[in-house]
Amino acid sequence: MSLQVSKHGDVVIVEVDGQLIVSNRQELKQRVLDEAEAGVRKVLIDFAKAGYIDSSGLGVLVSLAKRLRELGGDLRLANLNDDLQTLFELTKLDSLFQIADTRERALESF
Amino acid sequence: MASNAALDIRVPSDVQQIAGIVAQVVRRCRECRFAGRQLTLNVPVALTEALSNAILRGNGDSAGKHVRVRADVTELRLVLEVEDEGDGFDLEACTLDPTTVENRSREDGRGLFLMRSLMDRVERFRGDGNVVRLTLVRR
Repeated sequence: MSLQVSKHGDVVIVEVDGQLIVSNRQELKQRVLDEAEAGVRKVLIDFAKAGYIDSSGLGVLVSLAKRLRELGGDLRLANLNDDLQTLFELTKLDSLFQIADTRERALESF
Repeated sequence: MASNAALDIRVPSDVQQIAGIVAQVVRRCRECRFAGRQLTLNVPVALTEALSNAILRGNGDSAGKHVRVRADVTELRLVLEVEDEGDGFDLEACTLDPTTVENRSREDGRGLFLMRSLMDRVERFRGDGNVVRLTLVRR
């Protein structure tokens, strides 16, 4: 997995390329926590180039959303493919996150 | 039943091994013409969960231990066995329902649920070690 990080106004966009699983989930967690530590409150994770996610990856997303909401911000998601959409629906995490079809719509939603 | 694409490997108990093992099993399933969704979702997620459980819980994240993975793939079905050196666990008792309102915001507790949601059958038993067997019918 690799992460591409960019900024759009006050939103930090993290693009996940590859699988988000137990062996690499800490990279994403630390990167977003570092941004939060630096004052960022709005984070968008874009899964357009992502592979599959396991329960550890889902857990990291829950953890990051909690942290950002505690700080008065939010974590939003975009571009889930059909497999990822199925995972979020199976676990009912689709009710915990605001998920947009496109990056643009996600940015507009903040 | 004759195996079209069998795999039997023993690897160090390390989460960095997971991606390579998953890739090998998915390749064998692709050779046996499993459906695209099974190759991109069911098999990789369920096997990753089984390996992660074996390495982190069964073997207690101990680098000196090993995990054995057997995959028997035919054009009818995939049977996977993941064996660790732990004492085993009660599959029913350990499976949480992460969809309830109180569990939905938990950071953990989705692994066994996903395994059981994405496979046709999940069993746990004692072999030489603690074995989790996953069965998926080809579609």
